[in-house]
Amino acid sequence: MSGIPHDHYEPKTGGERWLNNRLPVLGLLYDTLMIPTPKNLNWMWIWGIVLTFTLALQIVTGIVLVMHYTPHVDLAFASVEHIMRDVNGGFMLRYIHSNGASLFFVAVYLHIFRSLYYGSYKAPREVTWIIGILMYLLMMGTAFMGYVLPWGQMSFHGTAVITGLFGAVPFVGEAIQTWLLGASAVGQPALNRFFSLHYLMPFLIAGLTIVHIWAFHSTGNNNPTGVEVRRTSKEEAKRDTLPFWPYFVLKDLFALALILAVFFAIVGFMPNYLGHPDNYIEANPLATPAHIVPEWYFLPFYAILRAFTADVWIVMFTNWITFGIVDAKFFGVLAMFGAIAVIALAPWLDTSSVRSGRYRPMFKWWFALLVVDFIVLMWVGAMPAEGIYPYIALLGATYWFAYFLVILPILGVIEKPLPIPATIEDDFKAHYDKETGGTHTVVKPAE
Amino acid sequence: MLKQVTLAAVAALGLAAPATAAETEVHITDYDFPFEGPFGSFDQMQLQRGLQIYTEVCAACHGLQYVAFRNLHDEGGPGLPEDQVRAYAAQFEVFDEALADGDGDWRPATPNDKFPKSAMAEAPDLSLMAKSRAGFHGPYGTGLNQLFKGMGGPEYITSLLAGYEEAPECAPEDFPGYYNVAFNAGGFPEECIDEEGHHKAPGSWIAMPPPLLGDDVVYADGHPATVVETSKDVTAFLMWTAEPKLEARKQAGFTAVLFLGILAVLLYLTNKRIWYRAKYGKPEE
Repeated sequence: MSGIPHDHYEPKTGGERWLNNRLPVLGLLYDTLMIPTPKNLNWMWIWGIVLTFTLALQIVTGIVLVMHYTPHVDLAFASVEHIMRDVNGGFMLRYIHSNGASLFFVAVYLHIFRSLYYGSYKAPREVTWIIGILMYLLMMGTAFMGYVLPWGQMSFHGTAVITGLFGAVPFVGEAIQTWLLGASAVGQPALNRFFSLHYLMPFLIAGLTIVHIWAFHSTGNNNPTGVEVRRTSKEEAKRDTLPFWPYFVLKDLFALALILAVFFAIVGFMPNYLGHPDNYIEANPLATPAHIVPEWYFLPFYAILRAFTADVWIVMFTNWITFGIVDAKFFGVLAMFGAIAVIALAPWLDTSSVRSGRYRPMFKWWFALLVVDFIVLMWVGAMPAEGIYPYIALLGATYWFAYFLVILPILGVIEKPLPIPATIEDDFKAHYDKETGGTHTVVKPAE
Repeated sequence: MLKQVTLAAVAALGLAAPATAAETEVHITDYDFPFEGPFGSFDQMQLQRGLQIYTEVCAACHGLQYVAFRNLHDEGGPGLPEDQVRAYAAQFEVFDEALADGDGDWRPATPNDKFPKSAMAEAPDLSLMAKSRAGFHGPYGTGLNQLFKGMGGPEYITSLLAGYEEAPECAPEDFPGYYNVAFNAGGFPEECIDEEGHHKAPGSWIAMPPPLLGDDVVYADGHPATVVETSKDVTAFLMWTAEPKLEARKQAGFTAVLFLGILAVLLYLTNKRIWYRAKYGKPEE
């Protein structure tokens, strides 16, 4: 593996040599576990481990749940109740699995926003970033399909709404929708295929997790300064880094234990808080719930979907210029996917030469506003599309796009960054060394 | 402490209202239940009283299709002795397809059978009512009422059962249904809507006649049988039918949090010690 110079695995015993000559698995394990890691990583660098753990947790609980679940429109709801009532520990399995989805998204959003703040997406880590976005898309697909399986009211009508989005595609929309559902409406074919895909996609995510880790193990981790580890010699690299084991393994495990304590408090004491109560009513195609609301983790993008109504000038303009092909509904769909596409494009939209937001005085504020914007969009996505809410959603959606398409490119040109530390070692010392009193004194003016 | 809270209907997301949900206010009272909070558990006597109300009042129309009679004996439930469960089940008739050479026939229920389904098509099954009516996402959709006041399905059910009031004067005499201040999903007479579209009275008209009028049953334990008390009792019972493993779940949660807390402390100390030399260039004393 290229990247930061470090000691590689040397087989010590005859048995290790024997195995290593045939399958270098021990070398791979050693190099992965002992990988040099920037020693100044802060607590926002724990989410990767939390995500990996959550993926494993979801797969394990999911596999057991499948043993008791029946993917049939007449039996699915009852089989979930069977899990909740009759299966040994079934209520815990299901509550861990359903709340596990929430934990997954809490962690992924913090992971993504960490990367956005510290510029982890920037060269040379674009591939890690793109793979991450793909994993996020797969996660959304998996979570959505998983939510369909209990076959409650929100499962059913949520599916109708979301697959209806594809119906908004001009000319071929209806065909796509029918192809997705396996029928003209949500029913048995949809439930069966969503069940199949809900089981398949986590393994695709697991595969991409390996590629994701491989990618950033090649480039090395980013760190809060955004300054690269020195690679001129092994000695210099060693002064900037610490091996993953035991330093970061224990740090991450400590964080994981704390997060799981909170997680199990939610599972144990308020397991239905994050879910929608309507999903405890069996699906009934004839009774549509008053407000169809997706799970909380989809709300920001759901808000963007609904923000672009037919009376917004850009929607009217697009409608006119495309001879009515792009109507308000399709525009909303494009906006929703576009909102994720602009995140993926961040490495090429951000023009700043400085990687970390820590040394970007103007960027900091725009970034903080983006975080607020995300929370506001999440809230407004749960509110009915009437009164003042559509205006808030439109404002929030506009800022979301403006941040990526306008603010990021311009900031890089007009902003004067603060001086950045010369090395990670300097930054780390400035933080902990008693000699320098914990102040950031060792700095080099930015080029 | 009982506090009455007025909730806007927009905040009452997910009361499973039909598409015609009106822009209406509902009055939900924050009743106290023994099973609330991380350490709350069911009151066995209350569950038994609730079972009595269910059997003598609700069961005429409503079913409990996901609950088995044997569950009445389960730990963390009403805790009826096995012989009483058998006797209780025998009151009900179930259709058994295996009888009469495969033609099927009716027979008295055994503990392994489930409670019957609703006898009336328009009467919803009550098994999961306490969870499916938990939708109080107020104020302003933040869910804070549910988080801090513990308001959810049980509060709604009791408020509804005790929420029948004299219809407002604006309503015509023959308006279908029964006026209820906690119900937002029913019909509402146009006479009671002002020019701006606001409702002049909270709640709406529900199809279910008032099921509890006070002293509908005689409790063996001498507990008062007022409308509010009987409503609370049957609510507790319905919370149990919706979440029969509530006590086991809280216990599992408590154990998990305790052990993860200890693990976190140990990992914190280990982590601190390991990093000390890296941070300060000398081993920890």
